[in-house]
Amino acid sequence: MKIWSSLLAVVALVLIAWLGVDVFQLTTLFGIALPYAAFGLLLVGIIIRVVRWGKSPVPFSIPTTCGQQRSLPWIKQNRIENPSTTWGVIGRMALEILFFRSLFRNTKTEKRGERLAFGSSQWLWLGALVFHWSMLIIVIRHLRYVMEPVPVVVRGIEALDGFLQIGVPVLYLTDLFIVAGLTYLFLRRVAIPQVRYISQAVDYFPLLLLLGIAGSGILMRYWFRVDILSVKEFAMNLVAFTPQISSEIGTIFYIHLLLVCSLAVYFPWSKLMHAGGIFMSPTRNLANNSRMIRHINPWNYQVKTHSYAEYEDEFREKMRKVGLPLEKE
Amino acid sequence: MAKLTAKEEMLQYKYDVPATDWMNTPVDFKPGTFCYGAKGKNLEAVDFPNARDWSPSDADWNLPDNWQEIILEGMAERLAKYRSFRLFMDVCVRCGACADKCHFYMGSGDPKNMPVLRAELLRSVYKRYFTTSGKLFGHLVGARDLTEDVLKEWWYYFYQCTECRRCSVYCPYGIDQAEITIMGRELLNLLGLNIEWIAGPVANCYLKGNHVGLEPQGIVSNVEFLCEDIETITGKVIKPSFNRKGAEILFVVPSGDLFAEPGIYACMGYLMLFEQLGLDYTLSTYASEGGNFGFFTSNEMAKRLNAKIYAEAKRLGVKWILGGECGHMWRVINQYMDTWHGPADFLEEPVSPITGTKFTNAKSTKMVHITEFTADLIYHNKIKLDPSRNDHLRVTFHDSCNPARAMGLMEEPRYIINKVCNHFYEMPEETIREKTLCCGSGSGLNAGENMELRLRGGFPRANAVKYVQQNHGVNVLANVCAVDRAAFPSLMDYWVPGVDVMGVHELLGNALVMDGEIERTLDLRLQPLPGKGVDSDV
Repeated sequence: MKIWSSLLAVVALVLIAWLGVDVFQLTTLFGIALPYAAFGLLLVGIIIRVVRWGKSPVPFSIPTTCGQQRSLPWIKQNRIENPSTTWGVIGRMALEILFFRSLFRNTKTEKRGERLAFGSSQWLWLGALVFHWSMLIIVIRHLRYVMEPVPVVVRGIEALDGFLQIGVPVLYLTDLFIVAGLTYLFLRRVAIPQVRYISQAVDYFPLLLLLGIAGSGILMRYWFRVDILSVKEFAMNLVAFTPQISSEIGTIFYIHLLLVCSLAVYFPWSKLMHAGGIFMSPTRNLANNSRMIRHINPWNYQVKTHSYAEYEDEFREKMRKVGLPLEKE
Repeated sequence: MAKLTAKEEMLQYKYDVPATDWMNTPVDFKPGTFCYGAKGKNLEAVDFPNARDWSPSDADWNLPDNWQEIILEGMAERLAKYRSFRLFMDVCVRCGACADKCHFYMGSGDPKNMPVLRAELLRSVYKRYFTTSGKLFGHLVGARDLTEDVLKEWWYYFYQCTECRRCSVYCPYGIDQAEITIMGRELLNLLGLNIEWIAGPVANCYLKGNHVGLEPQGIVSNVEFLCEDIETITGKVIKPSFNRKGAEILFVVPSGDLFAEPGIYACMGYLMLFEQLGLDYTLSTYASEGGNFGFFTSNEMAKRLNAKIYAEAKRLGVKWILGGECGHMWRVINQYMDTWHGPADFLEEPVSPITGTKFTNAKSTKMVHITEFTADLIYHNKIKLDPSRNDHLRVTFHDSCNPARAMGLMEEPRYIINKVCNHFYEMPEETIREKTLCCGSGSGLNAGENMELRLRGGFPRANAVKYVQQNHGVNVLANVCAVDRAAFPSLMDYWVPGVDVMGVHELLGNALVMDGEIERTLDLRLQPLPGKGVDSDV
């Protein structure tokens, strides 16, 4: 049910784009109005979410330490996994964001008769890494449509991505990888009973949507062969705020575009914001130095305590009997 | 305590998932898996709202009429005060990496003990009342109404989490179930829904200075009693001071070390070490608790209980503070105390009077962990040790959750153990250091009535102990935590009979060669030392 409703939503989006462009000829709406609106909503949405997180302070220094602390000079500290300096934190965050360090630790627990066994389990790490890096490279590749001349970096990444030199147009490895990565992430959700049990519609939907985006992009590049020059002209005009509809671009492009717009609108209001959230996670982005440098809580307030004077008042006789020193005799 | 389930039966569980969706699977209060409800008088003692006697197994929990309003307002307040709370509610992708990392899940197979689902119990309510998508789409986006059943489910599962943070090590975003449990328990406490095993110690600690409720004369006599044993063992007469002004160091221990076996043996180790060093220190009957069950209640309560440590250090005019072996105590000291009650500018940067070592890692908080202090002594050859006295012991070390994952105290205790014992064996790598498995009784869950839960939660740890018992003949589980010392003996007896539980400083006390001591024939438990004295004559 959760899977079908997600699939239905993605199929509906495809149909809407097809009907809208092919049947109702609403190219201005789908090619100009929606992209602007979606991109605007994406920006505004992300800003709102990040500002909202930012408004809640970090009252305590709560890093999750994953290695030896800095203590005595002859004990080797793990400066990355238990950082005590800002540089250490930067290293830890870089490993986390670029290489998914924590996910790499993943183990699998199995119950074998009367005992538990722990095995390594890095498939999730690999699948996630393949998907995210492919996604990043594909986004960078797409910059060629909105920049003239195309920056050297973008050209370099394209060349690298297509280094196998298979086919015309050249096959991009990331096109294969992103589909493989997403398919794995989707299938594990469906196939592993425990993961399926915790999965919600909002977990399937973004995977299917991204598969739709990747699929339509691949169809457009390798099968339908849309006119790249028209697409670039259209995209350049869009970013220059002189939007113009080109009649040369096929429906498949509008399907791709609508799915991308849907992702943009959906992104800030969904779990996909983990992309921004990871940077702000207090168990990862703080140094474990709270015994060295006092961490300040902006809302720290006075609390009612039980003072020594009250304690002595209550126990004075008993304390006197066992010879404990007293403030008031 | 209810009769314990047999091991075979206990291990019948599987990791299969129920046929019904978790939102439609009502909570089942299984006897042996939950604690008694807090008594009204113990909540009143610390001015908590909605104090009343109640029982979790009752159908009617006598909630105040506006309980939903109280919870939702409480959530709004905490979302605004804690970035961790808001962020962790928002960014989970339900990848499931945390699922089989929780000892309660591993030992029970109950899917709501997967950290991701335990968090979802609260997240679903957050979505329903604090996000637009949740308000619009409800179940479709994982949102649900806050009903009495949901509240009971919260209570049941937030008191089946030991705030050990193991899941947070594996989470790609560092989502920490401990933070979520802490928030969940704060909210439940707004309705008077604590457990008695926490509420009782909290009231004790507030009024008498320590969880176990020892009054000043009781502390003095307990320590005197330990000193008598030390005299029997070593021939040395020790007279520790209490509440002494002008001492250089205030020494704060978890009160369990003053109260019951095997914690008292660790305490004897401290006392013997300080005597040998001639350390200028004092114990306090007022600041007689380093642990903090307030931390398992609310941030405010934790702060109220913690206040006495700095207050007493200031009153006595000591230079710095030394802390005993305790788990969550060190989470609080490392990550909270200075923030709550600092700056501790009335103290000095800690310096070991024996070695001259500056503890620069504690220069602001001015509180040093006993294993940091002792490791430094041994490194500088300041104490004489005879590890052969521990030769009959084959030792493994359990990293306590909080020192491992909220501090990184890993090498210090190992260094000491390796110097005081000749036979030390690590448990498998997936179960130690930051990946350490909880005893299953932390965060105030070491009661008697929930023994089945504790045994299940402790099973993964026991499983690893069993591994080293079978492979290396291990017979001692060493640790640096008072809750471990209270919880492990029954856990070991059940799962891995033949393994004793010892604080690191008990092992040290056995190996410590004191000036002018008699020949040691007894260990700190007054048991004959094999191969020494009386035993060898036989």
